Amino acid sequence: MKAIKEKHPLVMRWTHWVNFPVLAIMIWSGMLIYWANDEYRITIFGHTYVRFFPDWYYKLLHIPARLAEGMAFHFLFMWFFALNGFFYVLYTMISGEWRQLVPSRHSFKEAWLVLLHDLHIRKTAPPQDKYNAAQRIAYTAIIIMGFGSLVTGFAIYKPVQFYYLTWLCGGYHLARIWHFVLTIGYVLFFVIHIVQVILAGWNNFRSVISGFEVVNEEPKPIIENIPTSDEKSIQ
Amino acid sequence: MKNLFSKKNKSSKKPITVEQNINRKNFISFTIFGVYAASAYSGWRWLYKSQIETAGITAGAHKPLRRALNKTELFFRRLTFNENHLVKTYPRSMAAKKIRHNSDIGSGGVLPPEFWKLKVKKISGETLQITLDELMKLPKTAITYDFKCVEGWDQISHWEGVSFRDFMANFKLEAESKLEYVGMETPDKRYYVGIDMPSAMHPQTLLAYQMNDEPLNGNHGQPLRLIIPVKYGIKNLKRIGTITFSNNRPYDYWAEQGYDYYSGL
Repeated sequence: MKAIKEKHPLVMRWTHWVNFPVLAIMIWSGMLIYWANDEYRITIFGHTYVRFFPDWYYKLLHIPARLAEGMAFHFLFMWFFALNGFFYVLYTMISGEWRQLVPSRHSFKEAWLVLLHDLHIRKTAPPQDKYNAAQRIAYTAIIIMGFGSLVTGFAIYKPVQFYYLTWLCGGYHLARIWHFVLTIGYVLFFVIHIVQVILAGWNNFRSVISGFEVVNEEPKPIIENIPTSDEKSIQ
Repeated sequence: MKNLFSKKNKSSKKPITVEQNINRKNFISFTIFGVYAASAYSGWRWLYKSQIETAGITAGAHKPLRRALNKTELFFRRLTFNENHLVKTYPRSMAAKKIRHNSDIGSGGVLPPEFWKLKVKKISGETLQITLDELMKLPKTAITYDFKCVEGWDQISHWEGVSFRDFMANFKLEAESKLEYVGMETPDKRYYVGIDMPSAMHPQTLLAYQMNDEPLNGNHGQPLRLIIPVKYGIKNLKRIGTITFSNNRPYDYWAEQGYDYYSGL
């Protein structure tokens, strides 16, 4: 029999869907800023493998020569990004949802088994609560990353006034690199997230909009209360 | 029990099935989601297509974005600006030998020293004409710090000159230092900046005439330039011709191109 099983509380759905466009705008405006000094490359043993970003990519997205505009957008939407994230974390703490989200002692070992299962190498996945071990790690990591973007962002934005943050990030130059690396991290997260959402199917996706999943409940077996021999003896 | 028999007898209705409940909940959630998505999108289009501000002291930015920039800057300035927050300094040995050259609007080439004097317009209407020799006689201040360009690059460089504070004190500009802004422009008036007084009077702000051990050259603002470590490079005007003081924001080259007026670090 079909039944409704509540899954995602309203606040979590809202913060999720507010974050999505806001983060997209932050990444886009970040690219407008990055273009002005696009010096990051992945170079191993003198060979450059990745240069962020190729010219055709810049042209396609109309990135070039929009530094001032990028900064203006970035410094407006940073408020929404920070406040939305702050609100989400506050909610998970007050509601107790954090217990479902923060990795436990076993999560790191279990996440490996989840990965093997997802890659069809292992038949069974370890038992899970609302989120599996890999999700717990991913969803906690992404919050820490968000916080990291905020800290590294401040370290670049006001390196003199927030000198302690800049120091914490290993200096201005390094803070800027961290800020960039975290953004690449979001993009990778996004790719895996989308693949997983597609694989998980409609029921799961819908629950992030409507809050519930439809589950098939087996009719509850009626168990006769036959006293066991032990209990008998007590009686 | 009375309500059971009120005009609408709800109890006679069949309780909705699970299937109906699912459909109803889906309908509500997806409608709200659709409305949210549509309004988020149109909000974005509104902002993206919003008018460019009327050109004035600042120009070139979308109106709402300019408002946000100003408010955000003010928020952080009030929250954090403290003249005791010094810019991190480095050992002299870490300074770049070759200082990066980005732009020389209003300051290209070499200006024969005999044709240059620093003009300082006092509020009394009097204009001081100061030679480089006079400035070099004042106490010298040196700084090795990480110069930061708004484009994103930074470079540790070494500068020497007279601190703006000492300069103001020496030329008896106390009354001027009570105004809110300092304006500076190149002799040809092609590049100009406006600096808020607290940033100008920051102990590390210099009127620099030397980089490393050399006098400034044509690429770096010969004979005198502003080194203001609490601001992005765009505010570090090369080749100062005239200094003015005002309670209104002076003209600023990059603020007219959509950048934040304050551009503080």
